[in-house]
Amino acid sequence: MGAPILQVRGLTTRFRTDRGELTAVDDASFDVDRGETVAIVGESGSGKSVTALSILRLIPSPPGRIAAGEVIFEGRNLLELDNASIRDIRGNKIAMIFQEPMSSLNPSLSVGIQVAEPIHEHRRTPWAAALEKATELISRVRIPDAQSRLASFPHQYSGGMRQRIMIAMSLGCAPSLIIADEPTTALDVTVQAQILDLLKQITKETGTALMLITHDLGVVARYADRVIVMYGGRIVETAPARELYKSPRHPYTVGLLTSVPRLDGDTGQRLIPIDGQPPDLARLPPGCAFAPRCRAAIERCHHERPKLEPVSPTHQKACFVDANLVQ
Amino acid sequence: MQTLSSEAPAMTRAGGADEVLRVSDLKVHFPIMSGAIFKREIATVKAVDGVSFSLERGETLGLVGESGCGKSTTGLAVLRMLAPTAGRILFEGTDIAQHDASAMQAIRRRMQMVYQDPYGSLNPRMTVRDIILEPLEVHGLANDRAAARTRVDELLRLVGLLPDMADRYPHEFSGGQRQRIGIARALALEPTLIVCDEPVSALDVSIQAQVVNLFMDLQERLGLTYLFIAHDLAVVRHISDRIAVMYLGRIVEIARRDELYASPLHPYTQALLAAVPVADPEVEAARPRMIVTGEVPSALRPPPGCRFHTRCPSAMPVCKTIDPQLTDLSQGRAVACHLHVSPNT
Repeated sequence: MGAPILQVRGLTTRFRTDRGELTAVDDASFDVDRGETVAIVGESGSGKSVTALSILRLIPSPPGRIAAGEVIFEGRNLLELDNASIRDIRGNKIAMIFQEPMSSLNPSLSVGIQVAEPIHEHRRTPWAAALEKATELISRVRIPDAQSRLASFPHQYSGGMRQRIMIAMSLGCAPSLIIADEPTTALDVTVQAQILDLLKQITKETGTALMLITHDLGVVARYADRVIVMYGGRIVETAPARELYKSPRHPYTVGLLTSVPRLDGDTGQRLIPIDGQPPDLARLPPGCAFAPRCRAAIERCHHERPKLEPVSPTHQKACFVDANLVQ
Repeated sequence: MQTLSSEAPAMTRAGGADEVLRVSDLKVHFPIMSGAIFKREIATVKAVDGVSFSLERGETLGLVGESGCGKSTTGLAVLRMLAPTAGRILFEGTDIAQHDASAMQAIRRRMQMVYQDPYGSLNPRMTVRDIILEPLEVHGLANDRAAARTRVDELLRLVGLLPDMADRYPHEFSGGQRQRIGIARALALEPTLIVCDEPVSALDVSIQAQVVNLFMDLQERLGLTYLFIAHDLAVVRHISDRIAVMYLGRIVEIARRDELYASPLHPYTQALLAAVPVADPEVEAARPRMIVTGEVPSALRPPPGCRFHTRCPSAMPVCKTIDPQLTDLSQGRAVACHLHVSPNT
């Protein structure tokens, strides 16, 4: 596989708020290998979206700032690039797909222009050729009758079709990494399956790495090769997908897996919820962020913060409790 | 086999006597008006177009479907928060479809709603106590202030909150706690039927299970009847006794929970179930995939014949012309599909 395509080291992003500065992403480190699909899972406020936005330096500043860390992509630290150089990466070598396709598309420009624009901008392709390429991309995301669709506007499309356009747009410059932030959360379940299947298939064909940000453990199970679990701004566990689901080692991961009803689950049993409330980032406990809700917590968890440590060569967790007691 | 008329006794749990709700051939149409002075109707959105089902005391009927299928509109019409265009709504034996506002006021004590959005459905300027007291006040049941106070404490405890939270405001609570407040408010009048419209879909996954369990506990303790509207098929499976699947204003299949999930008959039910990923990579790798193409057509112009035929992988010529009726196959199971019911019977 060679060197990872993206290396994130000690990424820390903070936001200034009325209640003081809070740490949305706290010392996150992970790699993304060429062509692999990595899922970042977590609930709202876990820091998964802020992690993605920080990689492309899309954090609104102020109030946000990337306080520490490195994001190494093709040998360069993206956090140290000047504005022109980072703009040259965005939408070119790293593309991003957002949750709400309507607000990520320009309502006053035709779809064709929007898909062609990054090709024209980044590759200096003349408009005529860029539009031709756009037609090709639009039919590639299985929108029928692409040629005549070029001139239509986003409001003439359904939610699923708009998300297809976003995918077409992201593919324009043959990126080596696509970051998709909850790409199907706003869509119906049959359309969600269509869009994610398409995205997975295209990234497989082109060898593009995919970073999939989601809260849906089913989506992760279906599409991800590797999983990063975040809680309270911190990575609490990371492992290959099959290993994570088979032998989760962090009590939060275990809790998530047992609290979500499954289509093939046992209906006679009550769900086992995670007790308590989601963490308040402005008032995190001094130790493990999950300790107040953790059934396995020991004394140490409440005042010392666990580091992400290997359980096996591919599996890491940030937890003091013996994994056997967690199950 | 017989085709359902509005009076057919199908789609009920076998042999039930204690029926809380029976909806027959319910239609809710929204006219689209045009013209500045002389308004004229230019089109009709048939949001709910001939829906029939019944609910027994203590039972949960899950109503599932994608956005725009009419599931929420059905729920609102049952509570008479929307005026039905046609059809009958028998609530505890009385047809309330044509009741006026004052007649409905008395009925509303016995049917309540829990909303999807725990932020939008609580007045931010009212304390939790006032929010829960409001239905009691509306119905003139809060005249004894001390008793009303005790009742609020009792309700808060019932939904897993603490009585000393009563003087706080909604913004001080998390999403899951707010949903508990909404449930306490719905329970204040001791209703028979609660219509739950996507009650957990706005909550984080770790909190959803808490609220689902609360719904199930309350049902056991208070004998509540739920119409549980949701798009999450796994949550619906967990909480429901029977499930009705809706598509473009119609029920396409209705069955007992285990039957529906083990052997879905309607191609749409099959597609819906296949589309939901299971949180287990090994199961996922082995699962057969059936992806329907396209998206839900507009309710303004539903396709002729079977409304699903434009996306159906097994569509036959007859599906393009003849609209299949929801037909009883066996006790408690009905499907509207030409694959299972020949159009001539």
